[in-house]
Amino acid sequence: MIPFALFFICAFLAVLGAISLIVAWEPIHSALSLVLVMMSLAVLYLLLGAEFIAAVQIIVYAGAVMVLFVFVIMLLNAGTEERTNWSKFAKVAGLPLASFLLLAIAYMLSRSAIGATAANGSGVSNAGFSTRALSMALFQQYLFPFEATSILILIALLGALILARKDE
Amino acid sequence: MSVIPVSYYLVLSAVLFGLGVVGVVFKRNIITIFMSIELMLNAVNLAFVAFARAHNQLDGLVFVFFVIVVAAAEAAVGLAIVIMITHNRQSLNVERVNFLKF
Repeated sequence: MIPFALFFICAFLAVLGAISLIVAWEPIHSALSLVLVMMSLAVLYLLLGAEFIAAVQIIVYAGAVMVLFVFVIMLLNAGTEERTNWSKFAKVAGLPLASFLLLAIAYMLSRSAIGATAANGSGVSNAGFSTRALSMALFQQYLFPFEATSILILIALLGALILARKDE
Repeated sequence: MSVIPVSYYLVLSAVLFGLGVVGVVFKRNIITIFMSIELMLNAVNLAFVAFARAHNQLDGLVFVFFVIVVAAAEAAVGLAIVIMITHNRQSLNVERVNFLKF
């Protein structure tokens, strides 16, 4: 019963955070809501038995990426969002279409054959999902993509430096 | 032993993704739009982990790892672009970014 309770609490917090991300007018409130979403997703990853991913989620996402976001919000002194006139089409069709998309995806997923399979990471044998097995896969089978990401990071670093530099 | 069906995770992932789409479509603040994109990436990650658990294969987790790496790189470059646009336009509103508008 405890995994179920934990799942529903975290799912509720994640959806709550996502809604408050959209509803908030201040960017800093949106950023903190996104941290809430990421934290509850980390708990869900733990529930699924993916402890390394949960740790990476907290360290990289909730830590590094969100600090970057908050830093940029502070740097740009981003205050309350400007309210603009919606176009007529967005006013009338926006929410119905958005909720239709959401319901369609949820319906397709819940109907798919895989849906009934148990996703249980709590308590059962976790040998196949251990950090050791993951790192084995990462450094053997996926070694080339792994090395390619380091080049990607380097390029992103240079790109960010060049973009953010002051014009002479 | 209680068992949570994969479909629960998938529906949660779909809901989060849909909320991310709503954020991208409705928000006008460039930073909030960017955060909605991060929300969508997170939703997809959740689906990846749930599928990995359902198939009992590690490849899904490796993909999540790569998605997180790419998202971090994207955040760095994207926020640099945001800073540049804001310095050029003096506004965070995406409707003011109309360099290419005819």
